[in-house]
Amino acid sequence: MSNKTRLSLYVPEPTARPGDTPSFDGIEIPAAGIVPKPDSSACEDGLRDLPYALIRVLDDEGHATDAWNPRLDVETLHKGLRAMMLTRLFDDRMFRAHRQGKTSFYMKSTGEEAISVAQSMALSSDDMCFPTYRMLGWLMARAYPLDRLVNQIFSNAADPLKGKQLPVLYSARDYGFYSIAGNLGTRFGHAVGWAMASAYRGDDKIALGVIGEGTTAEGNFHEAATFASVYRAPVILGITNNQWAISSFSGFASSETTTFAAKALAYGIPGLRVDGNDFLATWAATQWAADRARSNAGPTLIEYFTYRAAGHSTSDDPTKYRPTNEAEAWPLGDPIERLKTHLVTLGEWDDERHQALTADLDAQVRSAIKAGEAIGTLGKSKPPVTQMFEDVFREPDWRLIEQRKELGAD
Amino acid sequence: MPSMNMVEALNSAIDVKLAQDPDVLTFGEDVGYFGGVFRVTEGLQKRHGKTRCFDTPLSEGGIIATALGMGAYGLRPVAEIQFADYILPALDQLISEAARLRYRSAGEFWAPITVRSPYGGGIFGGQTHSQSPEAIFAHVTGLKTVIPSNPYDAKGLLIASIEDDDPVIFLEPKRLYNGPFNGHHDQPVRNWSGDARAEVPEGHYIVPLGKAAIAREGDAVTVLAYGTMVHVTLTAIEESGIDAELIDLRSIVPLDIETIVDSVRKTGRCVIIHEASRYSGFGAELSALVQERCFYELEAPIERVAGFDMPYPHAFEWDYFPGPARVVKALERVMGSD
Repeated sequence: MSNKTRLSLYVPEPTARPGDTPSFDGIEIPAAGIVPKPDSSACEDGLRDLPYALIRVLDDEGHATDAWNPRLDVETLHKGLRAMMLTRLFDDRMFRAHRQGKTSFYMKSTGEEAISVAQSMALSSDDMCFPTYRMLGWLMARAYPLDRLVNQIFSNAADPLKGKQLPVLYSARDYGFYSIAGNLGTRFGHAVGWAMASAYRGDDKIALGVIGEGTTAEGNFHEAATFASVYRAPVILGITNNQWAISSFSGFASSETTTFAAKALAYGIPGLRVDGNDFLATWAATQWAADRARSNAGPTLIEYFTYRAAGHSTSDDPTKYRPTNEAEAWPLGDPIERLKTHLVTLGEWDDERHQALTADLDAQVRSAIKAGEAIGTLGKSKPPVTQMFEDVFREPDWRLIEQRKELGAD
Repeated sequence: MPSMNMVEALNSAIDVKLAQDPDVLTFGEDVGYFGGVFRVTEGLQKRHGKTRCFDTPLSEGGIIATALGMGAYGLRPVAEIQFADYILPALDQLISEAARLRYRSAGEFWAPITVRSPYGGGIFGGQTHSQSPEAIFAHVTGLKTVIPSNPYDAKGLLIASIEDDDPVIFLEPKRLYNGPFNGHHDQPVRNWSGDARAEVPEGHYIVPLGKAAIAREGDAVTVLAYGTMVHVTLTAIEESGIDAELIDLRSIVPLDIETIVDSVRKTGRCVIIHEASRYSGFGAELSALVQERCFYELEAPIERVAGFDMPYPHAFEWDYFPGPARVVKALERVMGSD
């Protein structure tokens, strides 16, 4: 029988392009506090509404609602705010350093600072994060030395990665931060394997794997989720949904009629969808999944719902594909402003202290950049060229030894 | 000393390591309860428990990613890819991650994984159960690639691979699992019993990576081969009556360049044999290395005998396979006696 309908190919299109008024009308933002918090040991089959909800703690006035409130003390809130502010200030300064030719490349995490800072603080120092390149906040929350970051970004003689890796693709084992690669998603399954190894040994460490919403389209995502669910690995599978993969909006990574958290349903693991610009909600969701993993109840998928406020990288110009002021229209606001407002409502913060802290942190960043510049910026200083031949294997084989001689680098 | 076929020798290698090192574990498709489609892991789950030898999803990329995460944690996983033909979905993990992790993290992270996989033809497996992808891995700096040709080497090389701190691709010539194969497919199938190379110690020993074996000493011409082709070439040499020296490379990364160069300098001639198709095959690298290092000792052009440049053709297996007749012809050409 012939088809009466003439078929047409659907190609997704975001709601607004350059010149349009930004519109997030299609995104439903439920009120803070309405999602009940189940016990972290609850059976997955009772949690199947969660992927379609949006866990929020901070309401529009900056008050913390009850259900998912992690009830953090003020000192912890201050620490979180400080790490988020430091991340943003560092990003801004390094972006400028790129424009001044001091580095080849930079990527900012503007608008997403709450996620990696809360993850870093909520997990323990023995756990391992398998990060994306937009998670500087993890390192900032653990007081990773700023000058080491600068030296890596400048690829200079003091670069901790010895000139081998693109700027911002850090590796910081002692800070629970796995080596980043420029291939997207390839470490998502490593997080699962690492977590399985911890379980195999009977240890108590858990892993956090993070992937962007765009990269959930890669096989890596599905392979990792399959292994995590099959072996009930003590891992948190995080999806940072920042709406944009370079110029491709999230509609190119998944059907626009569902959520990324809902991918968990097919794997039979809990899926949480959380306001990623809400430090408290992000913390609470991460903590819930961590508690679950630590009690041997297996993996959790978390969609951190946020917005990439900056360009993809220093090589990107987002004004070419989305409205210039789209970030300001994001209905979940700015994560730093929201935590700041919360602290103000608690009577534990004010503009004066905020400005003073900004000035102090900015001075620290400038001082780290100066120290890095004293060693050298890109092309002005680099590690000894013999380093180029190291770490290919545990010990260089005859080829590398010969090639080192060929270069005259002995 | 017990006689073992290659399957038993490989099983013994994993068994020895499982018993000796709690950080060793093995997994792959059908590897656990069933013991693997070629039986290499038979009995290991029963003996060592199911957290140390287990089945996986049908997901080669997932298997290698999982192994890498475990390796980064500090374990020494031995992953099986059921056929080397199926390893392609895992190439991103092997090339972008396994081979690069140590380098890009400046030594902060590494993953000492061993990836075992049956490879090569001669079993009427058609194009998806017969390929020889070793050149892909040899080209990726950061991976080691090992190919045994007999049970004794198979066990010693596999133990050495598991103990190695770099990622190792361990390709097992499946036509040799149950017996040596000289390329005469019309002759009765042989098994390993009675073969000196199948005398395999029960316990721990290693055959070091990067050390070739001289499978036959000779003065007239050097022949470089590995895997199944070692046996085909030995037979071809006997049939040709040429006093050839046969070097069994055993690992192509690291490569035992010294043994190769010493031999070619002695003989002045070189023939390179592999099952994989010829163009950009590992033979091209061997040929270039020999030419660069032995040009003034060479008395004849270097010859290559390899699979033809096409997907592995099922019904034409014995037309495609570089059997003894083609090896003999190459030996004669290089000696100028054709």
